Amino acid sequence: MTVVWTADQPIVKCTDVRKSYGAFEVLKGISLSVSKGEVVCIIGPSGSGKSTLIRCINALVPITLGTIHVQGIDVTDPQLDKLALRRKVGMVFQQYNLFPHKTALQNVMMAPLHVLRQESKAVEERSRALLAKVRLAGKEESYPGELSGGQQQRVAIARSLAMRPDVMLFDEVTAALDPETVKEVLVTIRELAEEGMTCILVTHEMGFAREVADHIYFTDHGVIVEHGPPATFFTEARDERTRRFLSQVL
Amino acid sequence: MTIPPASRNCLPVLLPFRPCRRETHHRLGVNSRALLCVGLVLLVSAASAQGGRLVLSPMQVIVKWAPLLLTGFAFNILISAFAMLLGTIAGLGLGLGLLSDRWLIRQVSWTLTQIFRNAPWLVLLFFVMFLVPFQVTVFNVHIPFPDWVKATVGFALPVMANVAEVVRGAVRSVPSTQWEAAESLAFTRRQIMWRIILPQCIKRMLPPWMNIYSLVAMSTVLASIVGVSEMLTLTAQVHAAEGGRPELFAPLYGFALLCFFLYCYPINLWTAHLERSFQTH
Repeated sequence: MTVVWTADQPIVKCTDVRKSYGAFEVLKGISLSVSKGEVVCIIGPSGSGKSTLIRCINALVPITLGTIHVQGIDVTDPQLDKLALRRKVGMVFQQYNLFPHKTALQNVMMAPLHVLRQESKAVEERSRALLAKVRLAGKEESYPGELSGGQQQRVAIARSLAMRPDVMLFDEVTAALDPETVKEVLVTIRELAEEGMTCILVTHEMGFAREVADHIYFTDHGVIVEHGPPATFFTEARDERTRRFLSQVL
Repeated sequence: MTIPPASRNCLPVLLPFRPCRRETHHRLGVNSRALLCVGLVLLVSAASAQGGRLVLSPMQVIVKWAPLLLTGFAFNILISAFAMLLGTIAGLGLGLGLLSDRWLIRQVSWTLTQIFRNAPWLVLLFFVMFLVPFQVTVFNVHIPFPDWVKATVGFALPVMANVAEVVRGAVRSVPSTQWEAAESLAFTRRQIMWRIILPQCIKRMLPPWMNIYSLVAMSTVLASIVGVSEMLTLTAQVHAAEGGRPELFAPLYGFALLCFFLYCYPINLWTAHLERSFQTH
């Protein structure tokens, strides 16, 4: 059911989300809410269901039980207009997933051109501006295969932004990158966060999470073990599992 | 071309063969030339077995009938090209049907593909030849279906099924992350297929597609069984016209063999070349 959404309500609200693959339960009742303009980081050991959770938010993965609302759209509604939802929610992947047969500029232009059916002149102008914004001016005509991992990931960010989403999902976007190129991608994400974009990040970059996040969720074995603002989360973790995880990664 | 030492003693007989134009307009490698020479030696050895002065030598017979035989061969190429065109268009549709998200479309496409892939080509050819009328009348307009058109349809059917499998395989080979990325950008299923997945597949589909073509080109001689005047039919007729002399058998059919070889071998070389270059990129 779609409810009227106002800006003071959470832009993303997950309530008791459960997801099973056969007998294996990946998400065991996750609840979280994200306000407009908030930057939320989800951390936790591998296999704790972080990536599955954010894939549920834009309906790439259907959930088994619970509800997810994005700007009042019920993601679990069987009548859900997935396309309408995905126009609001941008997503960036660990492996960039650029379209290899298109140039950087075409990658950015494709969705506004064919999904939103915007006028091509305006789309091109805006796409060039977006590439410049992610510091890739001059790389417009390069194919993904000719770009470094960090550059590809920034094209992927520009490609998502071209749809003017209200929420951006980042799924371990720096996990496949060299340490030197991680920084250039993080700088881009930080700028976005500073501009007020609502961001949900699954990340292993603790330093980055501490720096940009408004709220941090720690998940393990499909449940949220602990959450809080970074100032208290990193120093006053109460749960044993959180403390053990933090001592390993910090 | 160079002649290997082994066949040098046959040179006088080989000479009249030089005007045979087909070997000059194909740029062939050393291996290809060697194979070509073997073919020629076969012809020549048959030719050297000739006797009598009044009757034409096998070479002379071939030269005399070459224009007719080559017309027949052009017909084979025509049939194969149209069969490929028809089969590719239909096969693309069928292949997309195999990938449909609707159960019924998938099942129907699967059944059609299996039927036409697992039936002997000759049986399909017979079916089309004898089930399709020689003409259809629509509003007093007679649309004729000559034998060669029916044969083309007959060959297009297995092509369709094989192309469908090629399309399905190529689409499946695109990583699912491409679908995810496109879905998250709110592309529809159809848009993803036509704008993102299929364009990436063309390169992968080309070598197997050319392989199918080469098979079709060689299979067009099956049309001789149902009476289409293609090269093999004409070769048999030429043989009969020359009195059915046994010593003409090998040279005449050898000529047909050579024509097909010269046509299909470069295609296969090119296919292999494409496959290699795609593997490295």
